[in-house]
Amino acid sequence: MTVTTITDAQLAPKDYASDQEVRWCPGCGDYAILKAVQKACAEMGLKRDQTVFVSGIGCAARFPYYMSTYGFHTVHGRAPAIATGIKLANPNLDVWVMTGDGDGLSIGGNHMLHVLRRNVDLNIILFNNEIYGLTKGQYSPTSRRGTRSPSTPQGSIENPVSACSFALGAGARFVARSIDTLQPHLIGVLKRAHGHRGASFVEILQNCVVFNDAVFDRITAKEAAPDAQVLLEHGKPLLFGKNKEKGLRLKPGKLELEIVTVGGSLGGGGGAAAGDILVHDETNRPLAQLLAALEPPFPVAMGVLYCNPATPYEQEVQAQLAAAQGNGDLDALLNSERTWEVTP
Amino acid sequence: MSMVTSAITPSTGRETRDTVVIRFAGDSGDGMQVTGSQFTLETALAGSDFSTFPDFPAEIRAPTGTTFGVSAFQIHFGGRDVMTPGDAVDVLVAMNPAALTVELDDLKVGGTVIVDTAAFNERNLNKAGYQKNPLEDDSLARYQVLKFDITKLTADAVKPQGLSSREAHLCRNMWALGLLLWMYGYERAATVDWLKRKFAKKPVIAEANIAALNAGHAFGETAEMTEHLVGYVVPKAHVQPGRYRTVSGTEGLAWGLVAGMRAAGIGRMVFAGYPITPASALLHTLAHLRAYGVVTFQAEDEIAAIGAALGASYAGSLGVTSSSGPGIALKTEMLGLAIATELPLVVIDSQRAGPSTGMPTKAEQSDLFQAVLGRNADAPLAVLAAASTADCFDTAIEAVRIATKYMTPVIVLSDGYLAHAAEPWRIPREADLPRFPVTYRTDPNGFHPFLRDPETLARPWVKPGTPEMEHRIGGLERDYDSGHISYDPDNHARMTKARADKIAGIANDIPLQTVALGEDRGNLAVVGWGSTFGAIHRAVQIARDEGRDVAHIHIRYLSPFPRNLGDLLKRYDRVLVPEMNNGQLVKLLRAEFLIDAEGFGKVTGKPFRVTEIVQRIRGGAIPPPVREGRGVGGEAG
Repeated sequence: MTVTTITDAQLAPKDYASDQEVRWCPGCGDYAILKAVQKACAEMGLKRDQTVFVSGIGCAARFPYYMSTYGFHTVHGRAPAIATGIKLANPNLDVWVMTGDGDGLSIGGNHMLHVLRRNVDLNIILFNNEIYGLTKGQYSPTSRRGTRSPSTPQGSIENPVSACSFALGAGARFVARSIDTLQPHLIGVLKRAHGHRGASFVEILQNCVVFNDAVFDRITAKEAAPDAQVLLEHGKPLLFGKNKEKGLRLKPGKLELEIVTVGGSLGGGGGAAAGDILVHDETNRPLAQLLAALEPPFPVAMGVLYCNPATPYEQEVQAQLAAAQGNGDLDALLNSERTWEVTP
Repeated sequence: MSMVTSAITPSTGRETRDTVVIRFAGDSGDGMQVTGSQFTLETALAGSDFSTFPDFPAEIRAPTGTTFGVSAFQIHFGGRDVMTPGDAVDVLVAMNPAALTVELDDLKVGGTVIVDTAAFNERNLNKAGYQKNPLEDDSLARYQVLKFDITKLTADAVKPQGLSSREAHLCRNMWALGLLLWMYGYERAATVDWLKRKFAKKPVIAEANIAALNAGHAFGETAEMTEHLVGYVVPKAHVQPGRYRTVSGTEGLAWGLVAGMRAAGIGRMVFAGYPITPASALLHTLAHLRAYGVVTFQAEDEIAAIGAALGASYAGSLGVTSSSGPGIALKTEMLGLAIATELPLVVIDSQRAGPSTGMPTKAEQSDLFQAVLGRNADAPLAVLAAASTADCFDTAIEAVRIATKYMTPVIVLSDGYLAHAAEPWRIPREADLPRFPVTYRTDPNGFHPFLRDPETLARPWVKPGTPEMEHRIGGLERDYDSGHISYDPDNHARMTKARADKIAGIANDIPLQTVALGEDRGNLAVVGWGSTFGAIHRAVQIARDEGRDVAHIHIRYLSPFPRNLGDLLKRYDRVLVPEMNNGQLVKLLRAEFLIDAEGFGKVTGKPFRVTEIVQRIRGGAIPPPVREGRGVGGEAG
């Protein structure tokens, strides 16, 4: 067998694909995400031998099998814990956690909370399709009230969790959102997430074509998108609409966002001066919380909601290891404290 | 500065005692653990063998003077092999009425009680539930009662240091220690050194404690004694020459894990745990060993702890996790993943009384089934048990060897008793320890992740980060010949067999089962595992001294069993299996070897007493029910 070594900088997206046949349902949003990740990997020139994809259980969790990097398909909900162990063993590895709404926010919700709080340097990608796909369509922790499913024939009576609000509440220092079909945007978000040192959390709205088809159409459909999404850019005003004619501002006297028209051209409601429109600041956690919680009739925030890096957990562990007293002499350890000699 | 007087005057009136059991008992704040530890040290320095066990309250800060706030420390020491902390107590030091009422049941008839009379005031007597002062009626007539006003004697001794009465009160334990050291002819120098180091920043307190220690000692030595206060001589034990120290089971495991990691040539251990009694002590001990390449990680729960450990093993470190029964139950699913992905992992189980929360501070051996069998599907792994605190060290090393050589999780069974007990330990030199360097595969030619070593059947260990070795593993069944996901029925049967054969094959790589005491055939084999070693061994010794045909067999390797075990057991007419559970090893032996082994379970949360096992050997009769104190059980003196 001849092994041709090519440098990873030359790799194309297809070089990040494994030889395994991809087995998601035809039309599944996961294909688009796989493509975006492989493209992002190629654009960033990631080294396959230094990269590990870790997953739990669910449709999204098949992801590692389809990458030509190292991969570990683990136990339902526990990928953050295993990924943490990998980083504690070898902080130099580039570790991605591929999870879903059930895996990451239900059975693994506790681990998600703590991995974000600790700020382990991981790229955590949560595929949110608002349904349990692999187990054939039960409602998930992100399903909206009223979702009819095999386990909720009369409709779900539970309030959904907002993935990004949860991540911010857990103390995540990088939180972003994108959509499976929003290709250039998604790739950009993935690259930002990868560039961030510490835990980065990316929610991807992903369409389950079989059990929850079109659930995001009111946000993602071509004709709805301009009014239903606000694309975030650091330092830029929060404008949306076909002609960027709408904006978000703080309701006077309240910690609450409101939609206004810019320049008074719409609806006869007067309209706001450009200076009134909020400017996105990625480092502002309260603003990120307001944006994360937006849902229709407000536009849903897409892009980097929050980015404010701090020293990653495993780096602090390394620092403590380096600072530890002692020379690692086992005999000295065993002979520490009081010893005595028994002579023949 | 007080000085220690020179060597003990050999009192002409000293009687010789083969072994002695002392229990120091008092309020949580009376410093009984420290007193016991220092007595142990002086015992060791004098060349005696010993075994100790602390018994402290489950409550973190129990109210003073209450029965549930009693803290005790038991030491069994003497001139012959001491195997357990002792069945029954010879000398009880009771610093208050609560200690007396809680501990008296374990005192031998005719044994000695030493009390501080000042502590027997109305308030303390009420708290301990005494209607009348037991020092003033005949309720203690069966014992030798030595009544001293230790409070006042201590206060007098520390007067020169000008302490507050509260500070002076805290020196009472050193007075009692001084008296006991005199009673057994032991030195005080190590305790004086220790006090100076401990109170280096408070020299007045150090001096006061040394003064109290010396005063207690002088009290014994001078004529102030009653006719019952006599000195004893305990002969030196015949032990192998070398350098010794005390070791607890927790220390033995921690250092054994470090030694194992180094023997395997692995640069880093990731120990992930979640707080649980009595396993947390291992996390605490290892947290101080970062200079040895130990990363400790307090995870958010038991599942994350084993997950992080497994992730670390996947990445090429030694992954270790630890818990007690309920926590091990939570780790079960991840153990299945470790078995499926064939990664090395060491899991320490400090067993405690259950089910559920049970009695967290009480020891039991009831996780054997959980360790050997407690997983979904056919999921074999290796199980070892440590027999003593010193054996914890060797067992941990062996666990690392098996885990890394066979790419498998290994469960090490310890228990709440071993975790806290301490014994003298001949310190090994690292150069003399076994070495078993691991090899990480780096050669991509012909590689797939589930290629098996023809001898061990282990798959290769590949560190992520190795060029051209990228591969995917997971919990889904994988093809025997390629490592890719496979739902093929025949392949699953083949893989199930491969996993079973791999674990079974470990039997060819472990020592044959030996007989710990007695002949390798005969009338009766008493078969144990884990921390019951001392009690069984001593009981078999006693029975053999009576001329009985009985042997002691102690099993370290519980999965797989040593390959000669079945044949060995079949050479005895009877097999008796004492264990601290309702009959687990006995069922495994019966199932595995079709032998008519008899169970002998004890589930009181307390270790076996030697006498219980002796009685069972003698007649097979169940010992008469006696109300036991909360003593630790163990060996007849």
